[in-house]
Amino acid sequence: MSAPTLTRPVRPEGTGGSASRRRRMRRNINSGLLSLLTWLVVLLFFFPVVWMALTGLKQESQAATTPPHFLFGPTLTQYQSAISKAGSYLAHSLTITLVSTVLVLALALPAAYALSIAPVRKWRDVLFFFISTKMLPIAGAIIPIYVIARDLHLLDTLIVLIIFYTSMNLPIAVWMLRSFLLEIPMGILEASHVDGASFRRQLRSVIMPLIAPGIAATALICFIFAWNEFFLAVNLTTQNAATVPVYLVSFQTGEGQFWAHLCAGATLACLPVLIAGWAAQDKLVRGLTMGAVK
Amino acid sequence: MHGRLIRRGRWLIVATAAATTVGTMAACSSSGSPGQSTSGKQTITVAVVNNPQMIDIEKLTPKGFAVSHPNIKVKYVTLDENTLRDQVTKDVAAGGGQFDVVMIGPYETPIWAKNKWIDDLTPYTTRDTAYNVNDLIKPIRESLSVGGKLYAAPFYGESSFLMYRKDLLAKAGLTMPAHPTWDQVAAIAKKLNNPAKGMAGICLRGKTGWGENLAPLDTVVNTFGGQWFDTNWNAHLNAPAFQKATSFYVNLIKAAGEPGAGNFSFNECANAMEQQKAAMWYDATVGASVIDDPKASPIAGKLGYAPAPVAMTPNSGWLWTWALSIEASSKHKAAAWNYISWATSKQYIDYAGQQLGWARVPPGSRYSTYSNANYKQAAKSFAAATLNEINSVNVKQPGVRPQPYPGVQYIGIPEFEDLGTKVSQEITAAIAGKETVAQALSKAQGYAAPVGQAYK
Amino acid sequence: MAVVADRAGDAGVRWAQARGRRRNRLRRFPLLPALVFTIVVTQIPFLLTIYYSLQSYNLYHPDTRHFSGLQNYAVIFKDAIFRAALINTLLLTVIPVLLSMLIGLLLALLLDRKVFGRGLLRTLIVSPFLVMPAAAALVWKFTLLDTQFGLLNYVLSPFGVHHTDWINNYPKETIITVLTWQWTPFMVLILLAGLQSQPGDVLEAAKVDGAGAWQIFRSMTLPHLRQYMELGIVLGSIYVVQAFDAIFMITSGGPGQQTTNVPYYLYEAAFRGFDIGRASAMGVVVVAATIIIATFALRTISGLFSEQGMEGRM
Repeated sequence: MSAPTLTRPVRPEGTGGSASRRRRMRRNINSGLLSLLTWLVVLLFFFPVVWMALTGLKQESQAATTPPHFLFGPTLTQYQSAISKAGSYLAHSLTITLVSTVLVLALALPAAYALSIAPVRKWRDVLFFFISTKMLPIAGAIIPIYVIARDLHLLDTLIVLIIFYTSMNLPIAVWMLRSFLLEIPMGILEASHVDGASFRRQLRSVIMPLIAPGIAATALICFIFAWNEFFLAVNLTTQNAATVPVYLVSFQTGEGQFWAHLCAGATLACLPVLIAGWAAQDKLVRGLTMGAVK
Repeated sequence: MHGRLIRRGRWLIVATAAATTVGTMAACSSSGSPGQSTSGKQTITVAVVNNPQMIDIEKLTPKGFAVSHPNIKVKYVTLDENTLRDQVTKDVAAGGGQFDVVMIGPYETPIWAKNKWIDDLTPYTTRDTAYNVNDLIKPIRESLSVGGKLYAAPFYGESSFLMYRKDLLAKAGLTMPAHPTWDQVAAIAKKLNNPAKGMAGICLRGKTGWGENLAPLDTVVNTFGGQWFDTNWNAHLNAPAFQKATSFYVNLIKAAGEPGAGNFSFNECANAMEQQKAAMWYDATVGASVIDDPKASPIAGKLGYAPAPVAMTPNSGWLWTWALSIEASSKHKAAAWNYISWATSKQYIDYAGQQLGWARVPPGSRYSTYSNANYKQAAKSFAAATLNEINSVNVKQPGVRPQPYPGVQYIGIPEFEDLGTKVSQEITAAIAGKETVAQALSKAQGYAAPVGQAYK
Repeated sequence: MAVVADRAGDAGVRWAQARGRRRNRLRRFPLLPALVFTIVVTQIPFLLTIYYSLQSYNLYHPDTRHFSGLQNYAVIFKDAIFRAALINTLLLTVIPVLLSMLIGLLLALLLDRKVFGRGLLRTLIVSPFLVMPAAAALVWKFTLLDTQFGLLNYVLSPFGVHHTDWINNYPKETIITVLTWQWTPFMVLILLAGLQSQPGDVLEAAKVDGAGAWQIFRSMTLPHLRQYMELGIVLGSIYVVQAFDAIFMITSGGPGQQTTNVPYYLYEAAFRGFDIGRASAMGVVVVAATIIIATFALRTISGLFSEQGMEGRM
């Protein structure tokens, strides 16, 4: 009895010799070149981010010059000045982003459950409705939104942005979480039913661990979009709830040099999301598609 | 099964409610209501443009104002000009009450006064005897008044003039006439233009924006005899005079202006002058305090100043002021006036001069600034030119013919923000060579005609 | 279920239906919080938008506000700039999405190999997507693309490029470049996941059988990736079609109206002209049009609404 084996097809020249060494060398060179290409392209994409951070370390007189200053004596004054002004903006952004993300997950998880594991009859229409809410360009509804916020005395409050960011991220959260829930094999769910586990137990010990990376990825996506949101933040807040994008708009000036200061502020503005994304980027890879394609 | 589902539903509702409550508590505790009076302390929100003089007053407020007014906390909202305008206009128009003091110009003032969006300051100025309203430079004060009543207090004012490198003209054997015409200036610019050495003959604004490239262009239009609307509100954007002025402006940029002019506004030209990439610059009088500042500019001391070039009118400088007014929906008007009267007073100018140097005080608002010996010394090369230029502006009829709207370098109607932006986009396109001046102006006429129609 | 079979005839069917309906009602509970929240927060402003769209309402002339019926809509359909904005929206959505998908595919293939420092490379490539679009737009506008002092002109000057005004001479290309730069990492991540979910043993077998790299790619990898690419295109389009920050910060819709897309045009109508009636009407038209397009697009693309994965759950 012979087990099926994967045998290498016999090549005419044999398994050794100068020809095969040449082939291996060519393959190595090709591989090396491809790796070099990869590094070049990635660095090209990353360059603007680095340049932004570096320009923040320059003095204004060195920031806007021809030729550009690649070597320069770094100074922390721009970053210090940017940080001194950024405190309340960062705090507002952090609060709004975290609370709205928690809210999104709290709402989206049960909804995703009701569209996947124990689906309602009209699940297609519901899913379509959620996505359709992202079709209205916010600029078209900003005055009605402003008027509503004004009448409810919610202008320049944290809660108004929390509400709108939650609504903004809910569709994609529902979509993503639904896909993760669909990944769970029916067998496991049924098995946990048969065991007599209560729903709560089923949730905690079976579902949650399985989709934990999915929840993390969804949370990260919500965090990114909420933190970076510009239009509503600028329009609905002035200073009591002003977020980091609003802080950024104050850097563009009509009179005077401002590039270095702008870049310091911009780098600061991007830092939290950059760090979060870098730390969790492997989850992002898995999360964006784990089961999202079915 | 049934019972389990009910329990599940209830659990989820509880969870949602808990999350919302926590969120609300977090939100309420951090935001609070602005300006709540606890022990008589008020907070006023001041919206200002992000210009150097505003940054200065922001720095000086804690020691200069808060110390003498311990019950008033000032919170600044600084934005770039376009965003500021959008946000502040939205706030006053929709009655949001987000701001107490807003920084506006002579464009907004008459319109907003008519709509009762800002308050008449006369009651405040008459009661506040220390304020000295008559010290305000007359054309500036006029531009901020409606029916003789002041609606906004000027923080600083400007007109426009020609700044040029005396040394470069001398080296080329050229002299600047005392009251140059645009043709003379164009000739000088073309002689000084040296693209091989990276030196433009003249730097002119090309950037899109009704307050950007339209400002200098409109002064050229005025002095060439053109106008946007006649007294019957017919639009004349493609009339011969307007065409001649626009062609002159665009062609001058193309012949002797800076490359990439479509992106150039005040900042970019100031930069170009300082980096010795332009020999002349026609722009706001405050430009002088930037490029002639010995502490920050490498070309300080090398500059000469000439009045805004003319063609058919005796003068052609523009008029602009950034002024502070009280929003009608503000709940802290008394505190707002306290702030305004400090920020626009002679006392503030003295204070800023002592703290930051006399070259940095806000110019162009009060006559007393120009009789102040310290200021005259610090700004000796451009102080007199600035005051003359501002004083010589004919606010009611800057051009050759009468006009039915207020405004020197803009049209004082609400539709102008939209109309002006559209027209200025076409001008930028013409400067960038994407369309001819004739095409740009014919499109501009298309935008303007219906606007004029609505006013007939 | 045995119980149902015991009931006979119509009564049995009705009982089963009632049981099904009750089950469905119970299943709705978890969905309700999200659904109710979304309806309240999105539909109330939308209804208000429709209400305003039927009025002649300009914030600058508040006393002339009156009901004007469908007049705003008539004005819009005659508005050449609105039509141009629609075309611009199409261009500024389709091109960046497709370009970023293409470049993303290339990068994903490159990053799927055993490259030195693969982890670091993946961290770096994600960055454009994480950076705040408004901040990135300002950095591109000033430090990279500026005519006098921008880095791009400096880098290209040995090739004879002098002082090119990228933003004003190539406005669409500028916006497309910025958007592509921003969304390529998104596609890379999706496609990387797709590549890494390929069944490794089947690939090995194909290689052993003598299939060349290109053959494997064309007949195995690409079909497998198709669903991932569809997902990337759909998700990317939903966001890119609303692109606002870059246009607001860099070109202000110009020069002329060359980069004015629908969101920006809406903003101008609302904030420059303060013509609330017209801006609202445009918003309504856009929503209607997008829903129609989306209905076709989403239902033809497999995956989202398919029965796959939903079997056995009814």
